[in-house]
Amino acid sequence: MSDVNLLEVQDLSVEFATRRGLVRAVQRVNLSVARGETLAVVGESGSGKSVTSYAVMRILDRAGRIAEGAVSFSGIAMQQLDEAAMQDLRGREISMIFQNPRAALNPIRSVGQQIGDVLLRHGQAERGTARAKAIEALEQVRIARPAERYDAYPFELSGGMCQRVVIAIALACRPRLLIADEPTTGLDVTTQKAVMDLITELTRARGMSTLLITHDLGLAAAYCDRVVVMEKGRVVETAAASTIFRAPAHPYTRRLMRATPRPGAALSDLLPEPPATPPPAPPPPGEVLLEVAGLVKEYARAGAGGAMARLLGRGAGAAPFRAVDDIGFTVRRGESVGLVGESGCGKSTTSMMIMRLLDATAGSIRFEGRDIGATPAARFAHDPVRRRIQMVFQDPTDSLNPRLQAARAIADPILRMGTERGAALRARVEELAGLVGLPTELLDRFPHQLSGGQKARVGIARAIALNPELVILDEPTAALDVSVQAVVLNLLQDLKAKLGMSYLFVSHDLHVVRLLCDRVIVMRAGRIVEQGDTAAVLGAPAADYTRELLACLPQPPV
Amino acid sequence: MIPAARADGESVLPGPAVAAAPVERTRLFGHARYVLTQDPVTAASFTLFLLLLLAALIGPSVVPYEPLASDTAQALQPPNAAHWFGTDQLGRDILSRVVVAARLDMAIAVFSVALVFVLGGVAGVAAGFFGGWTDRIVGRLADTIMAFPLFVLALGIVAALGNSVTNIVLATAIVNFPLYARVARAEALVRRNAGYVQAARLTGNGELRVVLTTVLPNILPIMAVQMSLTMGYAILNAAGLSFVGLGVRPPTPEWGIMVAEGAATIMSGEWWVALFPGLALMLAVFCFNLLGDGLRDIVDPQRRT
Repeated sequence: MSDVNLLEVQDLSVEFATRRGLVRAVQRVNLSVARGETLAVVGESGSGKSVTSYAVMRILDRAGRIAEGAVSFSGIAMQQLDEAAMQDLRGREISMIFQNPRAALNPIRSVGQQIGDVLLRHGQAERGTARAKAIEALEQVRIARPAERYDAYPFELSGGMCQRVVIAIALACRPRLLIADEPTTGLDVTTQKAVMDLITELTRARGMSTLLITHDLGLAAAYCDRVVVMEKGRVVETAAASTIFRAPAHPYTRRLMRATPRPGAALSDLLPEPPATPPPAPPPPGEVLLEVAGLVKEYARAGAGGAMARLLGRGAGAAPFRAVDDIGFTVRRGESVGLVGESGCGKSTTSMMIMRLLDATAGSIRFEGRDIGATPAARFAHDPVRRRIQMVFQDPTDSLNPRLQAARAIADPILRMGTERGAALRARVEELAGLVGLPTELLDRFPHQLSGGQKARVGIARAIALNPELVILDEPTAALDVSVQAVVLNLLQDLKAKLGMSYLFVSHDLHVVRLLCDRVIVMRAGRIVEQGDTAAVLGAPAADYTRELLACLPQPPV
Repeated sequence: MIPAARADGESVLPGPAVAAAPVERTRLFGHARYVLTQDPVTAASFTLFLLLLLAALIGPSVVPYEPLASDTAQALQPPNAAHWFGTDQLGRDILSRVVVAARLDMAIAVFSVALVFVLGGVAGVAAGFFGGWTDRIVGRLADTIMAFPLFVLALGIVAALGNSVTNIVLATAIVNFPLYARVARAEALVRRNAGYVQAARLTGNGELRVVLTTVLPNILPIMAVQMSLTMGYAILNAAGLSFVGLGVRPPTPEWGIMVAEGAATIMSGEWWVALFPGLALMLAVFCFNLLGDGLRDIVDPQRRT
């Protein structure tokens, strides 16, 4: 190893010209990546970790500019290179993997051609050899049947496969530095493990260096040599991965580690300070509130049995796709049940059917013994049970009407189904805001004027406005930073104890499910593979699939 | 349409909601001012728009000559100090006629666009949101209209219904219907399963109420931009109909007729008769097209960074 670091960033500051003047997104950041080293840059949203990497690649958008500092790559001062030289460098010497693999691929060109394009651009292949080399690249990222996949379009591949293609493109020219910006966010845990293992293995085999940008401390601990922690545009701590988690020096690092859900920690352990009063013990689960039996949802397969085919009496051969395949479970009063599984396992479809936003193909959904599944979803708005089942949505931004102020959003269910009006309504909205910890002065803001955590609180306040008995939580913290997640999870736990609600918690994050749920149901491909007490299922899983899920979880440092 | 949210008759959140409204309004104005000062093209188009509006509102009372008064002694004068834009075959002052015509042309454009905005918007949102038969009927209706060359269709409608300003408005609205219906349908389709629409269902809103109070208000800004863009086309369409002799009849001052009248004299060297009304027409269309871009910058919250 030579003594010159591959990448050296010194006193880097990046400014953005905004309407409120210049904003420094990155302030005097120092970091270095040695040859063959894997460095993690960890931080929450807005910490400047992505901007730092964009500045290194010089792909900041128009409003941004490097205010000061120097970036050198294997001894070359990068700020002296012109745009043409940078274009040569990008892709050949330094490559980048982005967060959303589907958005990073051109949707109308086959994946093989896209790999070939990069090879041709950097003179790594000729017209005649591009195809063979692209297939070779696909083979290296372990895509089965690479010769066939060469002609596949991005939409024909799963998210994990797309990310492999993106990796193949990034590594096609054998770069010396790979920048991976949240490469596995949005992927399932099993896919995440496969992708991360692949990146580690390929970079190690080629002696490459990697800069991994992530919000996930567990991922950084598992795959990186050194860790840089960033907060609000500054580097607050740099240390070896093995020591930083054992002895975090900076208070922010400690706070971040505290907030990360991990085995052995209770919910209140995630908060920066333990609550003054211990949370009230939840009452023991009561009688059965919701009983789902033999629930099935089928979708017609695309292309099969169209109007023409039906008219001609043909094409009835393809069996419909079963998104949810004969499942049954119960939720008791005051109980939290976790519904876990990977994307496409049918957990969201199940929750939509229970919420009565979607009609089931077969089966019953009994709420206090009455089959609410018998009322079609389109007419359920006027059913008396509607107000007793509510939902907190996954994406707090998407689930709030951009044209309604927070107070109006929270008041919506009360206006439709409640009785309070006028001053009583305002008082109730303020009471709800107090319950979810939303400052009253924020009530008159529009969603885009609120932060992610505040929007999540508005969504929760809206869901509990009518004192529902069952609340379905659809990954309510997936879009939030860990510190905000910790607060929201604790809030949900407190509310449940106070109001005696039952939760059906839909999630892919087993760490979070472990914290919040009494019982857990594991789904795969529309079927339940295992259900039981959380401690039993996650501690001593009976099904192979549950074991696999648990094994793929990156273990956060303790 | 937004007040439909309060159809129950109660004021939703009395004090603060009212108090917050001016805040939101000044914010929008501040943003509008920002966009206008940052982008000279948008600023120019807004200025042009205000000029057009001014001409339409007070034009008839400020012009130097009576637009219909002919004075054969002054026929076909080139632009001069007394007649800045010259005079036409009957000695009428072209400047006065061009300014006065703004009211009629703008009125036709505004009413036809308003009509199609309501019809196309509602039909499109219904098609996108409910799908099924509604979608098929609206879609095929739009396809049928699109199957004709639009100007020829407008010609046919006016010829069949009779030569009047009302029928020009109607014809212009009908030929623009597919544009509005399709934009509204596409936007409703995207929002049909958005989180906040699902949330509105959960809070006990029936489907019709969800469409009226949640989907429609969120589509309005996009439709407003569409309005500005088709406004230019509506003006052109009205002028085109008059140019070929359908719709507005001489001697009413109207840009299309004036261009038609001037076309005969271009060959004999009297270029100003057709040029100035044509220029007014071009600037109006140009102004509305640029206005669309500026309007999008103002109403799109994502550009408020």
